Amino acid sequence: MAADVKAPPLREFPGTPPPLAPDAMAASKPYVATDKMQQALGFPGALDDGWQKRALDKMGELLGKYRSLKVYLDACVHCGACTDKCHYFLGTGDPLNMPVARQDLMRSVYRRHFTLPGKLFPKLVGARDLTREVLDQWYSYYNQCSECRRCSVFCPYGIDTAEITMAGKEIMDAAGLGQKYSNEIIGKVHRIGNNLGLPGPALADTLEGLEEDVKEETGADVRFPLDQKGAEVLLVTPSADFFAEPHVDSLIGYAKVFHASGISWTLSSHASEAGNFGLFIGNYDQLRTIAMRIREAALELGVKRIVVGECGHAWRVAYSMWNTLAGIGAGGDDRFARILQQQLDSRYKQPMHICEFTHDLIGRGALTLDRAANDHRVVTFHDSCNVARASRMGDTPGGQFEIPRAIIRAVANRYVEMAPGTTHDATFCCGGGGGLLTDELLDLRVKGALPRMEALRQIADGQGVNFMATICAICKAQFTKVLPYYGFKMGMVGGVHQLVSTAIRLGAKQ
Amino acid sequence: MTAFFAALLYLATAVVVGGLAYRTWDYARTPAPLKIPTTPAPVTRGGVALRLLREVALFESLFRSNLWTWAFGWIFHVGLALVLVRHLRYFIEPVWGWVAFLQPFGIYGGFMMAAGLAGLWARRLLVARVRYISTPSDHLMIALLLAIAGTGLAMKYVAHTDIVAVKAFTLGLLYFDWQPLPPDGLVYAHLALVALLMLIFPFSKLLHAPGIFFSPTRNQADDPRERRHLAPWAARLDP
Repeated sequence: MAADVKAPPLREFPGTPPPLAPDAMAASKPYVATDKMQQALGFPGALDDGWQKRALDKMGELLGKYRSLKVYLDACVHCGACTDKCHYFLGTGDPLNMPVARQDLMRSVYRRHFTLPGKLFPKLVGARDLTREVLDQWYSYYNQCSECRRCSVFCPYGIDTAEITMAGKEIMDAAGLGQKYSNEIIGKVHRIGNNLGLPGPALADTLEGLEEDVKEETGADVRFPLDQKGAEVLLVTPSADFFAEPHVDSLIGYAKVFHASGISWTLSSHASEAGNFGLFIGNYDQLRTIAMRIREAALELGVKRIVVGECGHAWRVAYSMWNTLAGIGAGGDDRFARILQQQLDSRYKQPMHICEFTHDLIGRGALTLDRAANDHRVVTFHDSCNVARASRMGDTPGGQFEIPRAIIRAVANRYVEMAPGTTHDATFCCGGGGGLLTDELLDLRVKGALPRMEALRQIADGQGVNFMATICAICKAQFTKVLPYYGFKMGMVGGVHQLVSTAIRLGAKQ
Repeated sequence: MTAFFAALLYLATAVVVGGLAYRTWDYARTPAPLKIPTTPAPVTRGGVALRLLREVALFESLFRSNLWTWAFGWIFHVGLALVLVRHLRYFIEPVWGWVAFLQPFGIYGGFMMAAGLAGLWARRLLVARVRYISTPSDHLMIALLLAIAGTGLAMKYVAHTDIVAVKAFTLGLLYFDWQPLPPDGLVYAHLALVALLMLIFPFSKLLHAPGIFFSPTRNQADDPRERRHLAPWAARLDP
C-alpha cells in the first residue's frame, strides 16, 4: 500500500453527506498524454497556440452532434438533487465533485461562449471564459468522474454527468491535453489488439498454460480455443481475464461452462479485448474503430453468436452501442448491418452476456453444480455501474440485477445483499471506472471507494460476508487494490464465474 | 400605460412562443447518436411515454433523490398549474365549465406556489451544498416567481382589482380590439413581472420544461439489441 494514501474513516451507516471541503482534490490529476500518444489517435500533441479556438470549435461541433450535451447544459435548474449522490464527493467532500458543480465547469463556458445571457451578463448567470485556469480545472475534475451515471438516476431531468465528462475529455483531447492512461491504452488496442498489450503468440501461450492448469485441477480436457474458424461462439472478454488475478478465475469459469455445454467457442487474437476506452474519452471515432474489431473477427471466424465476458463498460458498449457502431445485433435494415446479422443466429440475443449464457444453461439443467463447494464463502454481489445503469440482460428491465444473482444463488448457498440504496440502479461505482484506474490517482480511487466499503463493512461485520462477486474487470482490479486500505483482504473480490468455476462439476452429467 | 403594457405583452408572447419553438426545434433536430437510456428503462415507446409522464406529473426521479426538494418543487409546480388554469378565465368568454369549477382551487394554487418557492429558497440558503451551486440568477428566479405569486395574491386579499376591466383588456389583446387597462399599481407590477418571466424563459434554466422531453436518458426505449439506432451523421460513417 502507498504510504501517503489513507482511506477516509468510515461514516456511521448509512452515512450523511460530508461537509464541503473546497479544493480538497484540486491537485488530483492524472499524467498527461505525451505528444506521441496524442498523435497516434489523431489528436494535437500539446496545448500550443490556438488550443482555445480548437477547444471551442470542438465544443460547438459536439453541441450540434449530441442532443444530450445540448439539452443537459440548458436544462439544469441547480435543484441540488444530485449533490450528495457521487461517490467521489462522498469520499472527498470536494464540492466540485458534486455532479452539478462538475457539470457547471463546462456549463459556465457554454453560457459564456454559446448563449446570449452569458455573453451579456456573465456574472449573473455564472459564465466564464475558457481560460487556461478553467481548462486545468476541467482536467482535474473531469478526471475525477468515473462516468458511472449514478447522478443521472436521481436527476429530475435525467441529466447524465457522464455525457458532460465525456464531452469534456473529447474537447481537451482536441485542444491537445489528453490523459495518458486512457490514450496510451487506446493506442495499444490499435497496435497490439488489447488494452494490456498482450501480443497474439503470448496470448496463445497463456491459454495453453490455462488448459494445463485446469486439466491438473479437474482432470477434464477443458479447451481455451483461439482463432478457431467455424466455432459457434466468439467470446470477447477484457484482456485482464487472460492473466490478472482474480480475473483469470472467471475466464476459467467461462471455459468450464462452454465445456460442459458442449457448445464450440473461440477467442480471437484480433479482438482480444472487450474493453473500449473510446467510451471513456467520449470519442465516437475511437469508440467505433475499436468496436469494428469485434465485427471483423466475427466475420473472419464465421461465428454464429457473440458472447461478452465479465466487463462493465464493455457490456455497456456491447449491449447499447455495438448495433449502432458495428452492426452487431439485430433489426438492421441496411447493407452494412445485414452482412453480419445474416451470419449471426437470430434465435439468440446478439451480443449476449456470459451471465445470460450461463443462466440459460442453468435454467435448462445443462450444468452440474455443487453449491456446497462454495460453502467457505459468504457471498455478496456488487452491481457494476455500467451494467446496472446503462445496459440490460435478459428479456425484462432489471434483468441485469436478477440474472447474476440467480447464477450466484445457483452456485453458492450463502448469499447476503448489501444495504438498499447501494445496489441495483443505485449502486456505487467501485471508484476506478471511466479511465481512472491508474496509480497516480490512487488517492482519489481509495476515497471514491468509501461508500461501497461502508456498505461492505456493514455486512462483513454483521453477516460474515467474505466474498464480493462482481462482473467487471475494472471493479476487480480496483477493489483488489483498495480493499486493503479499508482493512479487507484483497482476495475478497472476484468474479461471478469464479464462483461458477468452483461449483461446476465436469464430466458426463448423470 | 395601456399601450405600453399591450406592446410589452405582445413582445413577451412573441419571445416566449418564438423562443420555445426555436429551442424545441433545435433540440429535435440535434441527433442522439448513441443509446443511453438510464436503465432499467422501458423496452417499448409506450413504456417510455409512461416514464416521461411519471417524471413530468410526479417528479419520480426527484422523489427517489430528495424528499424535501421533491415536496417543495412538486407543490410549487402543481400550484403553478392550478394558477394558470385559474387565469384561463381572462382569455375565454364564456368561461368553460371545468375552468369555472377549478377557480377556488386556483387560490390554493397561489399559496402552494408561494410556499413551495419559499421552501426551495430556504434550501438554497440553508443547505451548504445547494448554496454552493446557486448563482445570482438562481436566487433572482425564485425572487421573480415569488413576486409574481405575491402580487397576484395581493390583488385578491389586499387591494381588490377591477378584474372585469382586466378581462376586457386581455380579451382586447386577443382580438386586437384594445381596451384600457385599469390604473392599478398591483396590476402593473404583476403584468410587468409576468412579462419579464416570459421574456427570459427561452434563455434560462426554465428550458428544463421542454428539455425533459428531449433527455435521451429518459426518452429512449431500451431496445438496442433489437433495433439498429443510427444518427444521420453516424450512418454516413458506415462503409
